[in-house]
Amino acid sequence: MATMTMIEAIRDALDVAMGRDDDVVVFGEDVGYFGGVFRCTQGLQAKYGKTRCFDTPINESGIVGTAIGMAAYGLRPCLEIQFADYVYPAYDQIVSEAARLRHRSNGDFTAPLTIRMPTGGGIFGGQTHSQSPEALFTHVAGLKTVVPSNPRDAKGLLLAAIEDDDPVIFLEPKRLYNGPFDGHHERAVTPWAGHPLAEVPAGYYSEPLGRAAIRRPGAAATVLAYGTMVHVALADVAARGIDAEVVDLRTLLPLDLDCIAASVRKTGRCVVVHEATLTSGFGAELAALVQEHCFFHLEAPVARVTGWDTPYPHAQEWDYFPGPARVGEALAAVLEI
Amino acid sequence: MARTRRKRKLDEPKPVPATEELLKYYNDMLMIRRFEEKAGQLYGMGLIGGFCHLYIGQEAVVVGMQAAIGEGDAVITSYRDHGHMLACGMAPKGVMAELTGRSGGYSKGKGGSMHMFSREQSFFGGHGIVGAQVPLGTGIAFGLKYRETDRVCLTYFGDGSANQGQVYESFNMAELWKLPVIYIIENNQYAMGTSVQRSSAQTELFRRGESFGIPGEQVDGMDVLAVKAAGEEAVAWARSGRGPYILEMKTYRYRGHSMSDPAKYRTKEEVQRVRSERDPIDRMREFLVTGAHSDEVALKAVDRDIKKAVTEAAEFAQNSPEPATSELYTDILLEA
Ligand SMILES: Cc1ncc(C[n+]2csc(CCOP(=O)(O)OP(=O)(O)O)c2C)c(N)n1
Ligand SMILES: [Mg+2]
Repeated sequence: MATMTMIEAIRDALDVAMGRDDDVVVFGEDVGYFGGVFRCTQGLQAKYGKTRCFDTPINESGIVGTAIGMAAYGLRPCLEIQFADYVYPAYDQIVSEAARLRHRSNGDFTAPLTIRMPTGGGIFGGQTHSQSPEALFTHVAGLKTVVPSNPRDAKGLLLAAIEDDDPVIFLEPKRLYNGPFDGHHERAVTPWAGHPLAEVPAGYYSEPLGRAAIRRPGAAATVLAYGTMVHVALADVAARGIDAEVVDLRTLLPLDLDCIAASVRKTGRCVVVHEATLTSGFGAELAALVQEHCFFHLEAPVARVTGWDTPYPHAQEWDYFPGPARVGEALAAVLEI
Repeated sequence: MARTRRKRKLDEPKPVPATEELLKYYNDMLMIRRFEEKAGQLYGMGLIGGFCHLYIGQEAVVVGMQAAIGEGDAVITSYRDHGHMLACGMAPKGVMAELTGRSGGYSKGKGGSMHMFSREQSFFGGHGIVGAQVPLGTGIAFGLKYRETDRVCLTYFGDGSANQGQVYESFNMAELWKLPVIYIIENNQYAMGTSVQRSSAQTELFRRGESFGIPGEQVDGMDVLAVKAAGEEAVAWARSGRGPYILEMKTYRYRGHSMSDPAKYRTKEEVQRVRSERDPIDRMREFLVTGAHSDEVALKAVDRDIKKAVTEAAEFAQNSPEPATSELYTDILLEA
């Protein structure tokens, strides 16, 4: 199996999807000629031509809106929003059109499009290049939301997203593009090479949406995480020698509640982590679900480790970023140690 | 009927301002150039992080437009904003310290390169989201009219930004309500790696207001005097209550889009050609010397003073303290 970075795995998934299905079209700002600012679409225009992989003007609302029309007609658009922070002009189209088309047409029309966007912080991007807006999508009925944490999942989940008959928001933690970032920003960057989940099968395979993965089995506590925070949690658990179970949610909606509930019932303690702000974040949903489904197994209140309720900062990134120290404090609190 | 839009001819006669004025334009353009070069150096040394978009090559646009407005006129722009801030009279030290994310920066490190503001200088900010400042500038113009001032709002955006839908929503409202806004499209021919030809059905961007009846003009944005002359006409139009005006400035950015730019979308020769044939500062220098407005010795002194100011700004930006962690929670709401 080939070792790939997350970028290469995403590119490979797009290549496989385009090769299998002529209806798959790939586009976005700087996506065609330039190959994407993170190079995720590099070479696709050369291989598939300008009608299947192309540049758009800078108009997110128009990009997503036309993609919904293409999808309703029968194509399978997979578009890129250059950074998740730029999706807001398109939010109306996503919420009012993509998410609702199936319901209001009584299933006659659907919008099987995939919207890829780099998300999250850790790259010193400040308030317009670092946000984690997943809760804005999970809050909307009619959308699926996916957040891969490694190259193998990224490829399999992206192929599943493109094949899915509903609109999928595919959030790519940009800090993971080139390596499994564990929150230790002061250390040298770890590349993907050598990581078991950077071994990516060739050709077609897909990873079903709605299934979590246990990245580290454990009995003392459950850590629910996704994206970059999976690696932060794993590193912290290992460093402190805590026997925590680290669950990588992989898709937020549909959510693998069975996996979550089984883990928390086993451990009796739960920490939820995400980079996004605390209030009304996806962690609130997770905490509520754990409380509803595992109340009688809980030995301690569910803890949340998240970004602060502030805009993503420019100068104080590492004060904001919920790194290993904060995950460790929360684990200590739920373990009462 | 809309005023006929036109392309300003390259050799169109333009009034020659007083020597003192000419020297000021030269000084201001060179100040921006040297400031940006220093910012680039500090970035390379790791003292500035994140996104940083340099204005090198485009100096004549902002300096020429600034010369066409006066006290109380408002300015708003995108993220490629250091030049606009300096031209508005904001202090190089405060701008540089914001780039380094220090407490002495205009936003105390909360904004960074793309987000600085000065109420004092009527500078309504750099804005990181492409196109977002265009309706804001339109609303500022609404305010200027509402309060019955005779002031205008300069609203800058790029060729790529000209494709955002909200730009056209703004054009319509501005003409409908006859708002005193000058839309300045800084057409540097590229939006990141995408050229105007690859993104725009109508590449003559000064014509983008046609269906709304907004007059538009194309201007040599590498010639500060041409910019000023066109700017003055546009400003007079807006001040007299006749509504918005579009100026397409043909310009060029010499550096990458931001600090990490593989630059595969254009050739080195293309950049070199503009630098050697159209550079706004070189052209001004030549104009000053051949027209006997100044001489090499005097211009060297200008250069020296600017270098000193820029060095001081860089020192300030490195020595200003980091903002306190508690600063994170300030200025979110008036009271949380
Ligand atoms: C809504 C939104 N979409 C995309 C971006 C990413 N982006 C930043 S600058 C830029 C290019 C803009 O080009 P142009 O308007 O020509 O301005 P220039 O950079 O040339 O000054 C893009 C696509 C953004 N900041 N905001
Ligand atoms: Mg441009």
